Amino acid sequence: MDILIVLPVLIPFATSIVMLLCWSRRDIHRFLNVVGAVLLLIASLVLLNSVAHNGVHATQLGNWPAPFGISFVADLFSAIMVVIAGLTAVVGAVYSLGSMDQARERFGYYPLLHTMFMGICGAFLTGDIFNLYVWFEVLLISSFVLMALGGERAQLEGSIKYVTLNLLSSALFLSAVGILYGAVGTLNMADLAQQLSLLDQPGIVLTLAMLFLVAFGIKAAIFPLFAWLPASYHTPPIAVSAIFAGLLTKVGVYSLIRVFSLLFVQNITLTHGLILILAGLTMVTGVLGAVAQNEFRRVLAFHSISQIGYMIMGLGLFTQLALAGAIFYIMHHTVVKMNLFLVSGIVHRLRGSYELKDLGDVYKTHPWLAILFLISAFSLAGFPPLFGFWAKLMLVQAGLQAEHYVIAATALLVGLLTAFSMAKIWAEAFWKKAPTPAQPNTRNLGFMVAPVVGLTLITIAVGLVTQPFYDLMVDAANQLADPSAYIAAVQSASLALR
Amino acid sequence: MYSLILATATRLLIPLMLIFSIFLLIRGHNEPGGGFVGGLVVGAAFTLYAAVYGVSQAQNALRFDPKRIVAVGLLVALVSGLLAFFQGLPLMTGLWYPQPLPVIGKVGTPLLFDVGVYLVVIGITATIMFTLFEVEGE
Amino acid sequence: MEFIWAIVIGALYAAGLYMIMRRSIVKIILGLALLGYAANLLIFIVSNLTRGNPPLVPPGATAPIAPYADPLPQALILTAIVIGFGVQAFTIVLFRRAYRSFGADDIDELRTTER
Repeated sequence: MDILIVLPVLIPFATSIVMLLCWSRRDIHRFLNVVGAVLLLIASLVLLNSVAHNGVHATQLGNWPAPFGISFVADLFSAIMVVIAGLTAVVGAVYSLGSMDQARERFGYYPLLHTMFMGICGAFLTGDIFNLYVWFEVLLISSFVLMALGGERAQLEGSIKYVTLNLLSSALFLSAVGILYGAVGTLNMADLAQQLSLLDQPGIVLTLAMLFLVAFGIKAAIFPLFAWLPASYHTPPIAVSAIFAGLLTKVGVYSLIRVFSLLFVQNITLTHGLILILAGLTMVTGVLGAVAQNEFRRVLAFHSISQIGYMIMGLGLFTQLALAGAIFYIMHHTVVKMNLFLVSGIVHRLRGSYELKDLGDVYKTHPWLAILFLISAFSLAGFPPLFGFWAKLMLVQAGLQAEHYVIAATALLVGLLTAFSMAKIWAEAFWKKAPTPAQPNTRNLGFMVAPVVGLTLITIAVGLVTQPFYDLMVDAANQLADPSAYIAAVQSASLALR
Repeated sequence: MYSLILATATRLLIPLMLIFSIFLLIRGHNEPGGGFVGGLVVGAAFTLYAAVYGVSQAQNALRFDPKRIVAVGLLVALVSGLLAFFQGLPLMTGLWYPQPLPVIGKVGTPLLFDVGVYLVVIGITATIMFTLFEVEGE
Repeated sequence: MEFIWAIVIGALYAAGLYMIMRRSIVKIILGLALLGYAANLLIFIVSNLTRGNPPLVPPGATAPIAPYADPLPQALILTAIVIGFGVQAFTIVLFRRAYRSFGADDIDELRTTER
């Protein structure tokens, strides 16, 4: 039980060490890349299964008891996020086999990828807020290199913006951690949850809440802090874009949900009300930005922002159904948004461009690809009976139950606009007659198509068999809404030490 | 630019710096020092060497590919953390050999972890330095 | 004493933010570095400055000799410095490559990724 929590960190770590040891062997890198990702997925599923059956898991690193040592905690929410990370790893690993160029593979693309997954899983599992900062830096620095790797002009430009704003966010995060320690004298999240509720200094607590909101808000790309995302996410190779859009911003969303459900619940009307307003603005600005774009990947990047709004909306409503909807939406968005990015990569292979005006004819030449795209696009817009429909339904229903009619209406309207811009991609890239003939490059295309098919099957399957997932999400949301199980798990892990 | 004075001084300084770095590494557990500063001192020594004799000479003097040094360092750190797990204790618990060794003092997994950090820092500083010097030399 | 430090830290934050908003990419690096220092100093000051003994239990005793310094902020800052060192080294290399690729030290030139 103890090792299960740390395995999702240890597996990618060991994978990248072995890759570093045989640096010049590209074939070994490619092989280990898939093995490491599959092992990560298996470990994450075992962890989720164990958490679902035995309750929250916690362990104390280095045999030091709780407020002093670093806790690793896996509640259902963390475990679900780790499973999402494992799924992303497998999909990204297989797709990279087909799409990554040799130069990047030689410069350590695969070890970097796995180092990033180590950071991501660490961020999901840690129970100590300073340790969260450290994991953030681990995943950030790997993502910086992944984004700049290859050194094309657009990439360097995107990286500068990405790096600058993320470092600003890290500095704010660090400052907030410092003030938090000064005010409360502990950094263990379970301990913080108890101490903060006893602290009678609403001014400092509110300041801290806002600092964390801005710091994580930049990383999650919420309104008005998202400018770096559409300026950078489309510049690296498509496998990297897909992993970033699918998973990296979710680490910010995860941290927001964790901090605003465990620590800052003293003044819900103010903090969560503000989050709800930001959620609405994020949805609307993101989708309007997407409507104005004419490049496949940039449309998708702007859509990511609008979808982040839905997840934050679940947090802002802060009812159990809303939190469950938010977690479900995170799952849905990772699957679907990754899939759409991956499809854009295949279209680029077939037509040689990402600009919508240069594309066309894909439906005529490759109808199967057009159908794969449509399923994901419909799911993103929230058409029944796909994955996205249920996620959106939960959120809208939660909005209506909480009598926040404006946000519920916004969510529906944004769904409509999403469908509109997906229709634009469909008409431009798949339906219309192509302006120029293209030479499709089909080398290793199988590696690129297989993950797309897999993700599409998940989209359909979760849409058809929703009940078990729904129950899981509700359980996870109950653990978030009532953190006593989380706190008790950390305490009993400390008591069990020898 | 080659300077005779700097070159002669470097010859004397580098062995001293390397010995000092190992001293820092070993005393690091209970007193000021440790793997990180030790590694930085080695990094400084190689930067000095590269400044005097050029990057390619420094790369030869380092013998190993810096990436490999990083990898071995990470591996050592990972093993030092896992040893406790194989004893049935939580990950990264400090295990100590009961008898202090002559000169070095008490030996345990924290020292092993520090050795890992030491190697990682050497590898990373060497990589950074070689990258920056190469950009300069283009 | 804390009052003076509060002003110093505030000035560091202000200088860092100001530098980040300049057009030159070199100044952005300096700004990020200043923000990092400001955050580190903030942790140090916010968690009470004490001149005390090392927080180690002497042989034969059961508690460290009071007044002892809180070791945690120092550990946090040390970690943050190490991370900052790595991140800054990477940032400098990245910005240098970008400078060589664009031939300009002006953020306003970097517009091709957001038409």
